[in-house]
Amino acid sequence: MIHLYCLLINKAICILNLHQNYISRYLDMTNRRDFIKISALGLGGAAIATSGYNIGSKLMAAPGDGEKVKGTNLKRYPTYCEVCFWKCAGWTYVDEDNNIVKVIGNDDDPHCNGRLCPRGTGGPGMYNDEDRLKTPLIRVKNENGPDTFREASWDEALDYTAKRLKEVAAEHGPECVALFNHGSGGKYFGTLLKAFGSNNIAAPSFAQCRGPRETAWIATYGEAVGSPEPTDIRDTQCLVLIGSHIGENMHNGQVQEMSDAIDKGATIITVDPRFSTAASKSKYWLPIKPATDLALLLSWINVLIEEELYNKEYVAQHTYGFEMLKEHVKNMTPEWAYGKTTIKPDLIRKTAREMAKAAPAVIVHPGRHVTWYGDDTQRIRAVAILNALLGSWGARGGFYMKETAHLPHETTPPFPTPKRTWRDAYPGQFKLASLALSSGICDATIPSSNRSCSFKAWIVYGTNLPLTLPNMDNTLNAISHLDFMVAIDTMPMEVTGYADVVLPECTYLERYDLIRTSPHREPYIALRMPAVEPKYDSKPGWWIAKQLAEKMGLGDYFPYDDITELLDWQLKEVGSSLEEMQKIGVKKLERTSGPLYFSKGENIEFNTPSGKIELYSNELAGEGFDPMPVFTKHPEPPQGFYRLIYGRAPMHTFSRTANNANLIDLKKENNVWVNPKVAKLWDLKTGQYVWLKNQDGVVSTYPIKVRITERIRWDSVYMVHGFGHSKKELTRAYGRGANDTEMITKVMMDPIMGGTGMRGNFITFLTEKPEEVES
Amino acid sequence: MRYAMAVDTKKCVGCSDCVVACQTENNVPIGFCRDWITETVDGSYPNVEIELRSERCNHCENAPCVRCCPTGASHIVDGGVVLVTHDECIGCGACIQSCPYDARYSHPDGYVDKCTFCMHRVEKGQLPACVAVCPTKCLYFGDLDDPNSDVSNALRNRKYKVLADEAGTNPQIYYLI
Amino acid sequence: MNEELFISGRNIPNIDPYLNIWHWQIPIYLFLGGLAAGILFFAGLFTVMGKEKEMETTVKWATFLVPVALVLGLIALFLDLKHQLYFWRLYTVIRLQSPMSWGAWTLMIITPVSLIWAAAYMKELWPGWNWKMKILDDFDAWVNKNRKYVAWVMMFYAVILGIYTGILLSAFNARPLWNNSILGPLFLVSGMSTGAATIMWMSKSHYERKVMGRIDLLLITIELFLITHMIMGFLAGPSVQLEAANLFLGGQFTVSFWVFVIILGLLFPAALEVLELAGYKVPVAVPAFLILLGGLIFRFIMVEAGQITRYLY
Ligand SMILES: Nc1nc2c(c(=O)[nH]1)N[C@H]1C(S)=C(S)[C@@H](COP(=O)(O)OP(=O)(O)OC[C@H]3O[C@@H](n4cnc5c(=O)[nH]c(N)nc54)[C@H](O)[C@@H]3O)O[C@H]1N2
Ligand SMILES: Nc1nc2c(c(=O)[nH]1)N[C@H]1C(S)=C(S)[C@@H](COP(=O)(O)OP(=O)(O)OC[C@H]3O[C@@H](n4cnc5c(=O)[nH]c(N)nc54)[C@H](O)[C@@H]3O)O[C@H]1N2
Ligand code: SF4
Ligand code: SF4
Ligand code: SF4
Ligand code: SF4
Ligand code: SF4
Ligand SMILES: [Mo]
Repeated sequence: MIHLYCLLINKAICILNLHQNYISRYLDMTNRRDFIKISALGLGGAAIATSGYNIGSKLMAAPGDGEKVKGTNLKRYPTYCEVCFWKCAGWTYVDEDNNIVKVIGNDDDPHCNGRLCPRGTGGPGMYNDEDRLKTPLIRVKNENGPDTFREASWDEALDYTAKRLKEVAAEHGPECVALFNHGSGGKYFGTLLKAFGSNNIAAPSFAQCRGPRETAWIATYGEAVGSPEPTDIRDTQCLVLIGSHIGENMHNGQVQEMSDAIDKGATIITVDPRFSTAASKSKYWLPIKPATDLALLLSWINVLIEEELYNKEYVAQHTYGFEMLKEHVKNMTPEWAYGKTTIKPDLIRKTAREMAKAAPAVIVHPGRHVTWYGDDTQRIRAVAILNALLGSWGARGGFYMKETAHLPHETTPPFPTPKRTWRDAYPGQFKLASLALSSGICDATIPSSNRSCSFKAWIVYGTNLPLTLPNMDNTLNAISHLDFMVAIDTMPMEVTGYADVVLPECTYLERYDLIRTSPHREPYIALRMPAVEPKYDSKPGWWIAKQLAEKMGLGDYFPYDDITELLDWQLKEVGSSLEEMQKIGVKKLERTSGPLYFSKGENIEFNTPSGKIELYSNELAGEGFDPMPVFTKHPEPPQGFYRLIYGRAPMHTFSRTANNANLIDLKKENNVWVNPKVAKLWDLKTGQYVWLKNQDGVVSTYPIKVRITERIRWDSVYMVHGFGHSKKELTRAYGRGANDTEMITKVMMDPIMGGTGMRGNFITFLTEKPEEVES
Repeated sequence: MRYAMAVDTKKCVGCSDCVVACQTENNVPIGFCRDWITETVDGSYPNVEIELRSERCNHCENAPCVRCCPTGASHIVDGGVVLVTHDECIGCGACIQSCPYDARYSHPDGYVDKCTFCMHRVEKGQLPACVAVCPTKCLYFGDLDDPNSDVSNALRNRKYKVLADEAGTNPQIYYLI
Repeated sequence: MNEELFISGRNIPNIDPYLNIWHWQIPIYLFLGGLAAGILFFAGLFTVMGKEKEMETTVKWATFLVPVALVLGLIALFLDLKHQLYFWRLYTVIRLQSPMSWGAWTLMIITPVSLIWAAAYMKELWPGWNWKMKILDDFDAWVNKNRKYVAWVMMFYAVILGIYTGILLSAFNARPLWNNSILGPLFLVSGMSTGAATIMWMSKSHYERKVMGRIDLLLITIELFLITHMIMGFLAGPSVQLEAANLFLGGQFTVSFWVFVIILGLLFPAALEVLELAGYKVPVAVPAFLILLGGLIFRFIMVEAGQITRYLY
């Protein structure tokens, strides 16, 4: 027995030692804007309640009239989830002592059908996290040492923020202020910024996520795919997943509908270099060589056309450029693709036929996080074209025509017209990007001789930029050139350590937000209301933005004292009320945009230059890009290196859940998946810690556990994004697992819309502590 | 009445939602769990298969944990559900040793705890928390004596197995394969 | 390659990655129980055989250790309980299928019996002793008069107690290492051997030591035979039992088992005893100590190793 105890203790000591050494290195990164350890301040946060604003109004706090749940001592309040961006509606259950005990899905909500995903179910962990930001913080410059934060009252922190933003505007123009946002509260800060005179508002969900897809879809169908994706999975007969790892990617409605589709015997085809969970549920798994999907897609198009399996009527009626496409793919046969993708020609043919057989009840999923190899818009164009050939857009079992509920807007003064936008930093580039590029703003913050003005101040709401944008050094470099940065967050995440002011928002379970109106088969509205009062000295985002606006003289843009006034008015305008929504949480409105699917022979006007689905894009050609997707070969890992691919763990959302006690209980660190052949070569064992080193010599700060598994190819390794946190204040997340973003130093920029392709990085293993290796 | 559960391994994605839901519903302290997920991988790339299973107490018909309990704290109630009365449990750990599935744990408060099939919910006509939350709807719960129950329906036309059959406990969680 | 893993990160204290729910208390409890059973058995045996004179240490003096050992054992058991306030629940029901239950009840009976047995020798040990209470004196007299009958009862319960220390483990089907019918007799024999060793150590009489030495040699031989039998049984058993046996055949308990239990705990003391029987002068404390230590380590190993063996994962 003694050996067992010793083994354990040794292991624990090893890990502790390692971390001490490597963490300090990471923290030692110094630039003008020192990274601050918030914990150095003592945590008296809860004690400071001297806010100049008494917002304890009965509307803001939990109104206390939550519905009593029969047969229990619990009350429930409606909410919609903020643990990811699917926004499932649910109920927060609160016990007699005002503890949040559980969050359960709302049966009437089509996003979740009464079943939240593990992250939503683990939502109480966001509220209960004792590491949360507790009070506003202001950076204190220190001549003789690193900067520190001091606790401040809301009044002081907001006054200071307003003053600094106005100073930046006075010196450089308000256009030099940018907002990064991700999440419900971003809207308020967007309004604030636009009122201030800047529309540089970016979310990582574009250039690091869906951007190429939306650009490709707009180029093809004249509209974006949007979120949630209007995929009619529950009625499909064939679902094709290109990398989309549904089941690990826990976007709830899709997971549920995929399961329904399995029940109904739908054919699932998964293209993934990794044996994903979805692949394990599939009839066909195509274990593709990474970075070659476009060849496969083109060859599928080739088969559909050559074997005349495409939907002729649909193509004739709705598409533009078919003959050019036919000519274009003429030589892109399965045999041609085999050499590139390693997928056998007969398998390519067979799967193409399966799709055609199911058409139009087939979905070639457009994906979501699609910024992979820099030619992503073109790859998704091929997906869009494939769907058009199958006639699935607008078909039952394909893509439905979504509808969004519309709520009236409050009346505010018109926004000033900015003199410059983020596009001016990129003359002639990225014209087809429909939204601002977060990475673009970041790059344009670093002064450069060919740019007249760079960004000088950032407002960061709910996005952890150092872990979210690729090329971390670049992000930190940009931050170091800022005059001012304010971060609004719930947790002491990496990004907050670089801010001048940190404003603690309360979690979604403690606040009102705007009514959720995301599109679905029917238009729905959902209410989020607080179930308990904000913990510590945290405040809701709307309140923070409104107070800032008032201090900046922009109060007219927030024409309400309390957001409930706005919500009640909006709801009454669509035939509901705040009172009703507090009882039901979710409400279905009348569909007004016509049927869910195209009807036979219906004349559809697409919002493209030709009014048709553009198989051939004159718009792309006009910008100097290929009008139809062309396969390009991407670099392959050099000897001894492996392609780093990454994805999601079903029980975590990026970094936002990495400190959530409930969820970390399920998975406390990521591991690096290694094929047994590779493991043998390197003599790796499952459970062993290794450091990763990428092609540019960057070594991971923390070691990561090896998982030897047949589920990954021998030319790649796989890991889950969101781990390897460097902030000690995140007591649970700190130093656990490795951070993939650190390894992503090479960005393959999409020339069409500026997306940051992140899968062109290669890593190798270090089995010893890196310092020993280096010396 | 014979309560049982079926787990469709062909649909389970291993998300562990059933685990968190159980923890929040049943106040299971963090660091402990009444249900858990296993993954088994077979084959070699690219001919691989995996099986994902949501596991919990099997509510064994021939329950060794009940037999070995010196106080009667572990007992079987109507419907074949194996429960532990906290106030009768002395925390001797015998039942933990006796369970071939390691389905029990010692609660920090001293008594032994495990899956209850959410009897407090079932009595009210609700589904167990894990079943109610599962996004893939791959958990089926109900009465095996009722041919129309979810679990009877799930077992009717599918192949299934139980775990560690050779331990002879006659487990009541069925895995659809 | 075949992989099997928990993906919900099961990491329950004392359950994962392997069971570790019983700690030092249980092996100590089993050891003391076995020791007590051994002493009581021999005390009873030689009483019944009418050898109280020749085997004085066995019948009288060593039995004073028994209540102490049993109480210490019970304390160890109590310390192992995680819900100690509810300890009394053990004695609200008799559950024959539960070894824990009948073990508790066996102790409930044998502890007072052993106490009485020893107490009735108080006057002999301490000639001036006086119970200062008539009823006790009467009882003392009654016991001494009916020693033979008490001895039968005591032997009976001693065997139950001895076997119980093994059955407590072997009743757990779920732990392949424990799940075999040999464990009961094995623990009984091993317990008797530790009892015999204790008596040998205590005894001043050459005759008594020689008798106990012979008995002990016999017990050690049986023990070795049972152990061989057990391991062979594992090797012929299903894969989980094979894995169990492998803990001792190359696995993590190989050294502690073969060196401390088999060689130092059985073979070496047996050799010393043979030498002594053959007339060589051997300090008796050495084999006795080794046997006791071997017996203790054996129980530690069995409890620890058994918990590692499992059906799944
Ligand atoms: N649990 C959970 N769910 C989430 C999120 C979360 O954080 N946690 N985040 C949500 C968000 S914002 C997004 S954008 C989505 C992202 O989810 P998806 O859109 O599904 O993301 P992908 O990048 O496609 O997913 C990674 C998969 O791509 C595979 N892959 C890697 N390289 C290649 C390649 O060259 N070709 C092909 N065909 N496949 C490849 C990987 O093996 C992995 O299985 O997930 C959403 N859902
Ligand atoms: N290396 C790598 N980079 C990636 C990805 C990847 O897979 N790998 N994925 C990309 C994709 S698809 C996306 S969508 C982005 C996502 O990027 P982010 O949205 O930046 O992702 P998170 O890590 O979840 O960061 C969210 C931040 O919001 C904070 N937060 C959480 N809840 C609240 C709240 O209620 N209010 C406020 N104010 N803050 C809150 C969290 O504490 C955290 O700091 O990342 C992209 N970047
Ligand atoms: S998918 Fe999960 S995390 Fe995302 S909103 Fe829904 S419940 Fe929350
Ligand atoms: S919630 Fe359902 S799909 Fe998820 S792990 Fe549990 S059983 Fe499997
Ligand atoms: S699974 Fe274990 S705890 Fe549950 S009834 Fe069977 S033996 Fe008892
Ligand atoms: S730990 Fe409790 S439930 Fe288990 S056997 Fe002992 S008394 Fe019974
Ligand atoms: S039935 Fe209830 S107690 Fe059992 S695992 Fe499911 S949620 Fe937990
Ligand atoms: Mo995303």
